[in-house]
Amino acid sequence: MIYGVAILAGCFLVGTVFGELIGSLMGVDSNVGGVGIAMLLLIVVVDKLVKAGKITKPSLDGLSFWNQMYIPVVIAMAASQNVLGALTGGPLAIVAGIAVVAISWACVPLLSGKQKEEEEPSFTTTVIRGEADA
Amino acid sequence: MLDMIKGVFVDNGFITSFLVVGLTMWLAYFISNKFTKGMIHGSAIAILLGLVLAYLGGVVTGGTKGISDVSFLAGMGFLGGSMLRDFAIVATSFGANFDEIKKAGFRGVISLFLGVILSFVIGAIFAVLFGYKDAVSITTIGAGTATYIVGPVTGAALGASSEVIAISIAAGLVKSVLVMVGTPFIAKYIGLNNPKTAMVYGGLMGTTSGVAGGLAATDPKLVPYGAVTATFYTGLGCLLAPTLLYLITNMIF
Repeated sequence: MIYGVAILAGCFLVGTVFGELIGSLMGVDSNVGGVGIAMLLLIVVVDKLVKAGKITKPSLDGLSFWNQMYIPVVIAMAASQNVLGALTGGPLAIVAGIAVVAISWACVPLLSGKQKEEEEPSFTTTVIRGEADA
Repeated sequence: MLDMIKGVFVDNGFITSFLVVGLTMWLAYFISNKFTKGMIHGSAIAILLGLVLAYLGGVVTGGTKGISDVSFLAGMGFLGGSMLRDFAIVATSFGANFDEIKKAGFRGVISLFLGVILSFVIGAIFAVLFGYKDAVSITTIGAGTATYIVGPVTGAALGASSEVIAISIAAGLVKSVLVMVGTPFIAKYIGLNNPKTAMVYGGLMGTTSGVAGGLAATDPKLVPYGAVTATFYTGLGCLLAPTLLYLITNMIF
């Protein structure tokens, strides 16, 4: 099981190093896309290992454990947010925050293109407008 | 006796956080099944409970780290901190389909740029509407509506006042909380039920915690696709806001 966790940790660290590297190349003091790189790396590595038959079930369980720990981690993350700060940041912060989310939501169908399900663009816009005014 | 128990909880804060999160999830799924007949997903309620705890933590302690400012719950800050959050996000890609990511890759990149610029413009417009006239403040608040990390990074780079930086952080927090809570409810109206849309969603919204939490509450299978783009957003924002976007803002004002 530890092998699976080790593979995950390895991909995470390699991705973070690359993220920091990209950040410093861009002149930004932050990790640019390190997590995304680590994710892609993990997908490729695990795929190779599975196809070569070089990974055991317990190792995969190690990966799947952290995969499932995700929601608990997110709950702990939510519980450690500065929610008070968000609610007491004054009207500008609240209005701008609500507007940006509402407008971004409206843009999702435009960018993701046609899906198989039928969309109701007019309905969506009314809902969004209502929220933006609130 | 009570001091001793509290001492054990404080000393083993990380372990305590497993218990607290476990109890929160149990309560959330209980509420979900009993009162909403499973209509509102348990994890959505759990995240909401987490945010309520964070609010209470802020009120009680006056700190900025939610419930983890309470001494015996400090472990929550570690469990939900950026290291374990990113580690667990990477783990979600175990089971993701690489072909789907490749297929939606181009749209994902477009949505990233559009997301940063759109957020910035909306934030900047509201900054102007609320009476800010100098390019530095407008840029900082615009950056804050991208994410609550882009705001202070930009503000510090441009030398914005601490009041403006505080507003930019608050705007980013509002965005993050709203995305976390609202995603499961808006998902069906914007067709957010497939990997491609999830990648676009991650790129447009950008707040990693908001997208990751919101998608987890909508459909955990979508998390890796949203997260893979969202994790590039803050970096891109930190790159664009203090440079290109500031120059453009400076030309206008």
